[in-house]
Amino acid sequence: MKKPSLGRWLPKPRHLAIVPPFVWLALFLLLPFLLVLKISFADLQFGIPPYTPLAQVRDETLSLSLHLRSYALLFTDSLYIATYLNSVKMAAITTVCCALMGYPMAYYIARSRPGVRNVLLLAVILPFWTSLLLRVYAWVGILRNDGLLNSVLLSLGIIDAPLEIYRTDLAVYIGLVYAYLPFFILPLYANLVKLDLRLLEAAYDLGARPWQAFLRVTLPLSLPGVIAGAMLVFIPTVGEYVIPEMLGGADTLMMGRVMWTEFFNNTDWPMAAAVTCAMVTLLLVPLVLFQYSQVRQMEMRGRND
Amino acid sequence: MIEPNRYWRTLALALGFAFLYVPIACLMVFSFNDSAMMTSWSGFSVKWYRELFNDQALLDAAGLSLRIAALTATAAVALGTWAGYVLARMGRFRGFGLYIGMLSAPLVMPEVVLGISLLLMFVEMGNLFGWPRGNGVFTIWVGHVTLCVAYVAVVIQSRIRGLDRSLEEAALDLGATPLRVFFSITLPLIAPALLAAWLLAFTLSLDDVVIASFLSGPGYTTLPLEVFSRVRLGLKPEINALATLFILIVGVCVIVANRVQWRRESK
Repeated sequence: MKKPSLGRWLPKPRHLAIVPPFVWLALFLLLPFLLVLKISFADLQFGIPPYTPLAQVRDETLSLSLHLRSYALLFTDSLYIATYLNSVKMAAITTVCCALMGYPMAYYIARSRPGVRNVLLLAVILPFWTSLLLRVYAWVGILRNDGLLNSVLLSLGIIDAPLEIYRTDLAVYIGLVYAYLPFFILPLYANLVKLDLRLLEAAYDLGARPWQAFLRVTLPLSLPGVIAGAMLVFIPTVGEYVIPEMLGGADTLMMGRVMWTEFFNNTDWPMAAAVTCAMVTLLLVPLVLFQYSQVRQMEMRGRND
Repeated sequence: MIEPNRYWRTLALALGFAFLYVPIACLMVFSFNDSAMMTSWSGFSVKWYRELFNDQALLDAAGLSLRIAALTATAAVALGTWAGYVLARMGRFRGFGLYIGMLSAPLVMPEVVLGISLLLMFVEMGNLFGWPRGNGVFTIWVGHVTLCVAYVAVVIQSRIRGLDRSLEEAALDLGATPLRVFFSITLPLIAPALLAAWLLAFTLSLDDVVIASFLSGPGYTTLPLEVFSRVRLGLKPEINALATLFILIVGVCVIVANRVQWRRESK
């Protein structure tokens, strides 16, 4: 009778199987992030590394020093506050635009015949496989003052002077919606394609107009897909760097970009770490929402099959 | 059967796909333009392609990127398949929440977060143990694998959940060890998904700018880094040519793979 009680404390071989991926993620995802948290409480110093140590033993005294300089700056400097607010605003507007464009697309793809559906779905996935960097770069040539859009509009006589879009927030919005639209469509499509059409028929039989049936049957049922898609757009957009850098002006403030500048241009690692921590804190609620929808979707699929 | 309104359907899909594809089409067309500008058409020419193939910096960067992408995809598929199998077949265990949280974080977490945190860790490690000395292929590889494992795990776990369990159970009943069952039943059944996941990891690694910016060192310029440093200041026609080739190659691969899979499924 002794053996089982001992066996309970020893890991079972089954559970050992869980360990290797766990170790990789803990080592290269969790631990690094804890280090960022640590360094966000350091102060700037000259040398390698360019930040003060957290704990030090000198003259037989262990001294812990938590510097709050970065966080003080983060909460008082108007630049950081503006960045914070602007990132959230831009991510929110991008998400809404993706929803307005992506919902009809996902809906009509899901309601097409299977053969057509496969082709349309492939057309949504294809840009995802090709380089984001190169696709965003395509917009540079279109949006520049001497670019394709302006030269077409000018030659058609629609405008007299070139529109200034390149290096403005509008260009960043176009780039963001363009890059993240497939991320909104795909989870929503996966949800809509499973919609039981008998529910719609029942609504019609009971006298609902098409838009009523949509608002009261299709839309509520597709909400998990909308949330998953919205999180897939919102969360990475807040920290986006490449798109605002390529299409935005110098005054397009976004957290990812400000962090980048602190890190590479100002070599202020504690400040960059603090901005990163602030970004993750801001994203905590959406992240939990996303994780919840992931778990639900995984378990739903397990049950259906 | 209730048919959706055909006019709205056509309009929504036409606008949406035009938005997704017109920029790519413009880029491709103007890669054959004689002039460097995208303003007007000044004649057909392949000179940008010739310039591309004589650009040693770009070719070197492409070589490095392909090497890192292959190394990344291989490791990410091994680790991600493992993680996906755990998610799909192990049920809930202690730490499941943390496990799935760490696995899904790289899917959405801004890449700058992953980049800076890994770099700071490598710097600390370098100070403590004297290793790794400077950044290079290894550090970029670690960053890319961490990113790609999440994508691979999602693809694989959904495929494994879709499998018919009775095959694995039959093998177990006949006395095969769980390890044997995995290698001779589960793995062959998910082989197409493994290939898809490998290609996905490969392209993710090949396209990454942000993580590589943090984790690459002098002398290790990957293709996206080289491209980004050229185009952040404006138009570079040789990049139009590069983009056209890249998009064509990937496009053909994805369409062929999809056709093959579609035919197999409809059989």
